Amino acid sequence: MNTDLAIETHNLGRIYTIRNRRERRVRREIVALQDVNLQIPRGELFGLLGPNGAGKTTLIKILTTLLAPTSGWARVAGYDVVREPQKIRPRINMVSGGESSGYGLLTVRENLWMFAQFYGLPSREANRRIEELLRRIGLEDRIHTKSSDLSTGLRQKMNIVRGFLTDPEILFLDEPTLGLDVNAARDVRRFVREWLDVHPDRTVLLTTHYMVEADELCDRVAIINQGQVLACDSPENLKRRLERDALFEIEITSPNGLTGAILEAIPGVRRALLTETNGGARLDLTLVADSALPDVISVLTERSVRVRHLTKREPTLEDVFVELVGKPMAEAEKREDEDEP
Amino acid sequence: MRRQWDTVWRSFRIATWLGWQIESNWTDPFLFAVYSMIKPLASAAILVVMYGVITNARFENPVFPYIYIGNAFYMYVGSVMVGVSWAVIDDREHYRTLKYLYIAPIRIPAYWLGRGIARFLTGSFAVLITMAAGVLFLRVPFHPAEVDWPLFLASLVLGVAMLAMMGLVLASISLMIAHHFFLIGEAVAGALYLLSGAIFPLEVLPPWLRPLGFAMPITYWLELIRRALLGDAARAFPTLAAFSNGQLLGILGGLTVLFGLIALFAFRWCDYQARERGLIDMTTNY
Repeated sequence: MNTDLAIETHNLGRIYTIRNRRERRVRREIVALQDVNLQIPRGELFGLLGPNGAGKTTLIKILTTLLAPTSGWARVAGYDVVREPQKIRPRINMVSGGESSGYGLLTVRENLWMFAQFYGLPSREANRRIEELLRRIGLEDRIHTKSSDLSTGLRQKMNIVRGFLTDPEILFLDEPTLGLDVNAARDVRRFVREWLDVHPDRTVLLTTHYMVEADELCDRVAIINQGQVLACDSPENLKRRLERDALFEIEITSPNGLTGAILEAIPGVRRALLTETNGGARLDLTLVADSALPDVISVLTERSVRVRHLTKREPTLEDVFVELVGKPMAEAEKREDEDEP
Repeated sequence: MRRQWDTVWRSFRIATWLGWQIESNWTDPFLFAVYSMIKPLASAAILVVMYGVITNARFENPVFPYIYIGNAFYMYVGSVMVGVSWAVIDDREHYRTLKYLYIAPIRIPAYWLGRGIARFLTGSFAVLITMAAGVLFLRVPFHPAEVDWPLFLASLVLGVAMLAMMGLVLASISLMIAHHFFLIGEAVAGALYLLSGAIFPLEVLPPWLRPLGFAMPITYWLELIRRALLGDAARAFPTLAAFSNGQLLGILGGLTVLFGLIALFAFRWCDYQARERGLIDMTTNY
């Protein structure tokens, strides 16, 4: 057992068996996770980046002892998630985004105090931490408000405080900014970063499908799709994979039958993604070198497609995702939604 | 060992506080008090009116206090047993907190029992109101000097513990069921109402159903409560006349321990199954 690792998984897998409600003998298996191998050292902010339905939440459920894996094993804080959940639970906490959890009849302070008590925190210390954390996340003026009277965003902030309140060794943040407006999401990201600055020995596992969030916050990122980890490295190293390529974003007028496949047939074009926009389209090009660009422009001109704007840009995690999965995350999410049981 | 008991006590204590906050704060105190009185009286009134119509208002018949007391104390079944199991559904579906409680360092069965305490308190109030109404307005025989108080208190404590254990079994099963979960508590309470001699002696049941009635600890509990409150009048029915009070207490105690063990194994099995099948945080949006 490696005690420097906060989280370790080995060939971790999870298959859900879905029974048909009408014909109960008919069963269908859905592979949610497949051979996931991760090693997350203590003190790291580790990101799981992937579309909805990629298996991120399933992995978090297994690591937080809510769900048993169907293959492989996982250790959290050095303890096995299946055999030793009672040893893991005092050391972890979790916050899930996009839901309105909490006891609406209780005030913000009461909700938080109660959870602190469940973790055995002395009342005075719990109240001190509640006030401090609420102040840092900008919710101190709502401390006596019933949580049912909070907006979704403020309730989410309260839940984020609940996760940090117990000062967990390992914190699981499952899409913590889902459903929040831009400012609230920024507050939350800042809050997470500041907490880690104060507690450098703590570990955070963050799942997100926001590229910017993963890029901005995470020390390392695992890109996950259809239950499999496709790549795992720091955001810089992941993006560096694409630095040999030239990336262009071109705004064009109506495509006039132009497709990505037509452009990918041009020598030197590695990938061409065409996205319809209001009154035109956007072309995301990955070229082997800048020298391939004139040929692309020629094809556009032949088809009477005018270029409105052309930008050469640095690679992003979205580009890495496209490189690994073969399509943008939004498209991968659409596909996952169609596959939902 | 000491740490484990600390965890159990902490889980129970905070859950009791939470349960009371939920039970008592859903409306303003006046409405809460009115509701707490009207609800038990209304349910008792239905039974009294039915009895009056069927028997030509023969309230002096010993059947009446048998029915009335059985019905009044049966309210504990709804409040304690269903109250304990309802915490699963409430936390999972309504408050969406079950997964956060589950990953906290608490003992979930102790937490459920704590949540049931508030229901026990409101249930006690309902029983008290119903009994008071019966004594004051319907001549239910109740003479404090003739009540066997030690037997009453022992039966009450043992009975509530037994109902709490049955509630834990129900809560464990609720952990594994999402669809139509809210019907389970009502269905079980309804079935037990029929089988446990709450409003009529077991002899009224078809012979093939009687063994089920004799297997139910609630049957013995209600008999003990009636004997403690009514004295010899409770022996007007032959169902358990052959048993002494001590024997009945022994049977109730034994069945309570048995249900405690069943609750322990039921929780372990259902907890394992729920984690295997990913049911702990499953919500239906019903």
